[in-house]
Amino acid sequence: MTMPPVPSRHALGRRLRSELFASPLDGVISVALIVGLAAAALGLGHWATTQARWAVIQANSTLFAVGRYPEPQQWRLWLLTTLLAAAAGLSWGLLRGLPRPDRPAQRWPRNDRLALLLLITLALLVPVSLKLSVVIQLRWWLITALLLILRWAAGRWAQRIPGHWQRWLPLLWPLLYLVGMVLISGGLGLIQVPSSDWGGLLLTLLEASFAILLCFPLGILLALGRRSTLPLLRWGSVLYIEFIRGAPLITLLFLGQNILGFLLPGGLAPERVWRAAWVLTLFAAAYVAEAVRSGLAAVPRGQMEAARSLGLPLPLALLHVVLPQALRVALPATVGQFITLLQDTTLLSLIGLSDLLFVAGTVMANPAYLGRNAEVYLTLAVLFWCCCAALGLGSRALERRLDPNPLPSS
Amino acid sequence: MSEAPLMQRPNSWQTAANARLRMARFRQLLALASLGAVLLVSGCASEDGGVQSQKLAMIKSRGKLICGVDGKLPGFSFVSSNGQYSGLDVDICRAVAAAVFGDPTKVDYRDLNSSERFAALASGEVDLLSRNTTYTLSRDAAGGNGLSFGPTTFYDGQGVMTPRASGISSLRDLAGKPVCVESGTTTELNLADQMRQLNVAYTPLKFQTGDQTYAAYLGGRCVAVTSDRSQLAGKRTSFPNPDDHVLLPDVLSKEPLTPASVNADPAWADAIRWTVYALMQAEELGISTSTIDSKLAEAKANPNLAELRRFLGVEGDFGKQLGLPADFVVRIVKAVGNYGEIFDRNVGPGSPLKLDRGLNRQWNNGGLIYSPPFR
Repeated sequence: MTMPPVPSRHALGRRLRSELFASPLDGVISVALIVGLAAAALGLGHWATTQARWAVIQANSTLFAVGRYPEPQQWRLWLLTTLLAAAAGLSWGLLRGLPRPDRPAQRWPRNDRLALLLLITLALLVPVSLKLSVVIQLRWWLITALLLILRWAAGRWAQRIPGHWQRWLPLLWPLLYLVGMVLISGGLGLIQVPSSDWGGLLLTLLEASFAILLCFPLGILLALGRRSTLPLLRWGSVLYIEFIRGAPLITLLFLGQNILGFLLPGGLAPERVWRAAWVLTLFAAAYVAEAVRSGLAAVPRGQMEAARSLGLPLPLALLHVVLPQALRVALPATVGQFITLLQDTTLLSLIGLSDLLFVAGTVMANPAYLGRNAEVYLTLAVLFWCCCAALGLGSRALERRLDPNPLPSS
Repeated sequence: MSEAPLMQRPNSWQTAANARLRMARFRQLLALASLGAVLLVSGCASEDGGVQSQKLAMIKSRGKLICGVDGKLPGFSFVSSNGQYSGLDVDICRAVAAAVFGDPTKVDYRDLNSSERFAALASGEVDLLSRNTTYTLSRDAAGGNGLSFGPTTFYDGQGVMTPRASGISSLRDLAGKPVCVESGTTTELNLADQMRQLNVAYTPLKFQTGDQTYAAYLGGRCVAVTSDRSQLAGKRTSFPNPDDHVLLPDVLSKEPLTPASVNADPAWADAIRWTVYALMQAEELGISTSTIDSKLAEAKANPNLAELRRFLGVEGDFGKQLGLPADFVVRIVKAVGNYGEIFDRNVGPGSPLKLDRGLNRQWNNGGLIYSPPFR
C-alpha cells in the first residue's frame, strides 16, 4: 500500500514508453484507450459547458447541502463547518509536526502538497462556477483559509506543545462531535431543530459518521467475542454476525423503520433518523467484526502468550500487544467497510429519510427543473467521490504512519 | 386470600362469610370505579361536541399533523428550492392542517415509498396518507389493507402521447404503428387489453426503464408512448419542444388518486373527507382565496343566504359535528384556496405540467368532482 519511489522528470518519459508502448500491440491498445477516454472526456466537457443547465444545482444548493434545515438557524451549521475545518487543520498539522520518532520529520510531504493544491482549487473554483452569492463564496474562502493557516501553524509549532496537552488532543474529535450534535439539533439555549428537517449532505454525513464512529468499537468487541473461549459469548457473537450478514441492509432498515413502530409504544421508539443510524451502526459492526477478526488471526499466537507470560492481564495484553497489531492489518478492510457504509446511506432515501439521494429526487420532481437528471446525478457522484476519496486518503496516511517498516519515501 | 385463614385459624363458616363480604365490597368498588370511568369518558366527549376521535384529540394535543407524501412526484409532492413542500398532495395535507389548527404550516411531512406507505399508516406513524394512492377494493376492505379512503382528489388514468405532427387523434389511428411501452408494467397490459378490444393490431416496442422508453419515443422509433397521463404530461415538459406532443383523449385505465386514513377511526376519516369536500364545494360556490373575504362578509350581512352561511360556519354546527372549528371552511380556503385553485397551481395551467382538467372538472362542467351537500 505504500507509494513507489517517484521517478525523476526525465525518467518519466522512459517509464511511459515502457508501460504504454512496450510492444506494437501495447501501443495499439494504449492509443485506442487514450482516444476512447479523450472522446468521453470531450463529450462530457461539451455537454457540461453547452447543453447542461446548472441552474438546478445553483438554485437548490442549500437543499443539497442541508435539506430543509430552517434558514434562520443555518448559522449554526456554518459555525460547525468552521470548527470542523479548524480541527482538521490542527490535526493535520500536528500529525506532520509531531512525526514518529523512528522516521524523519517531513513538514510538507508530496501528498500534502497535492492535497493543498486540490483544496485551494476546489475552494476557488466550486463556489464561483456554481455562481453562489458573494457572502457564501467569502465564507467558503475564509473557512479554507482557516484550515490552511491552522495546518501551517500547527505543523510549525507542534513541537512546542507541552506533553500533557498532547495526551488530551485525541479527545478533540469526540468532543467536537458532541458540540456538533448540540449545534445541529439544538438544546442548551439553542432552538430545537427537529430531525425530520435535517437533510441533504448534512444528514448523509451525520448518519455515516455516527455509524462509522460507533461500529468500530462494536465491531472490535464482536470480533473479540467471536474468538473468546466462553461459549455463550462466542456463540452469541457468531449468531449476531451471521444473522446480520445474512440479511440485506435494506431489509434491516425497513425493519427498523416500520416494525419498531409496532413493537414499541408511540413515544418510546427513537426518532426515524436515529433508528436508521442505529441500524446502519449495527449492520456495519458485523462486517467490521469480520475485518478485525482477520486482523486478529494474522497476529501470531506467540504475541499473546509472550504478553501473558510477562504477567500482563488479558485486557492489557489485548489492548497493548494484540489489538494494535491486529487493527493495523485490518485497517484497509475496515476503511473499505466505512466507504461502503457512506455509500449505503443512499438506501435511506428508500425509507423516506431526506439524505442526499432523496433530496436529488425531490429536486428533480420540482416541475421547474424537470428533466435535469443528468446534472443532478453528476453532482451527486462528484460529492460522493470527494467524501470517499477523503476517507481513502486519510486511511492511507494512517496506514503509512502505523507501518512499522516504511519504505524510504521521497 | 388463602393465607388469612391459616394465620387466624378461624372456623370454616367464618372464613366463608369473610370471603363473601370481601367479594361484595370488591364488587361495590368495581361498580363505583366503572361508573366513574363512564362519567369521565362521557364528560370528555361532551366537551368536544360529541366527537370521539382519539386520533383528532391526539393530533390536537401534538400540535402537528403528520402527513405521508411521496416527496418526489412532479406536481404532487416535492420540496421546492426554498425548502418548502409543495404540490397537489401536499396542499391536501395543508388543507387538513388548516381545518384542524387554522394554520396550514402545522404539518410534519413524512416521505413514504409505495411499499411502506400502508405500514406507516397502520402503525400510526402518519395520520393521513396523501400520496397518489389509487383507491381500490383490496386497499379499502377490512380484509385487505383496511384503509378508509376520502374523496378522490385526482382522477388519473393511463394515456397515450403522440407527436402533434403524426396526425394521430385516437387509439384506432395507431393500427400497424409502433408504440413504446415500459415492459412488465400494468400500462403494457392495459394497452394490450384495450387494443384487443378495439381489434387494432399495433407493434409494441418494450423497454426496461422509463428513460429508455422516452428516449426511443423522442428518437422517432415509435409514434406513441403510453403511461399515466400525469406522468406523460410531466415528462413532456422536459422534452426539447413540449408543444409538439399531444395527449390523446382516450383514457385506458382508472387511477383515482385518493387520500386515506385508517379504518379504526371513522370520526377522523370524516374530518378528512369533509375537508376535501369543502375544497370542492368552495369551487362550486365560486369561493376562492380572492373572494373568501367578500363572501364571508356577505354571508354575515345577509341572513337569507342560508346555504352559504352554513357552509362558512356563520350558522349551524357543522364544524362541531366533525370535531373541527366552526369556521373550518373559511380557514381551509384562506390557506390553500379551493380545489380548482389547487389544481391549476400545481398541475394545471399555472404549472409547467399544464394538465387539462379532464375528469377533474366540476360535475356541472362534465367532470367527476362532486361534493355532497353541506347540510
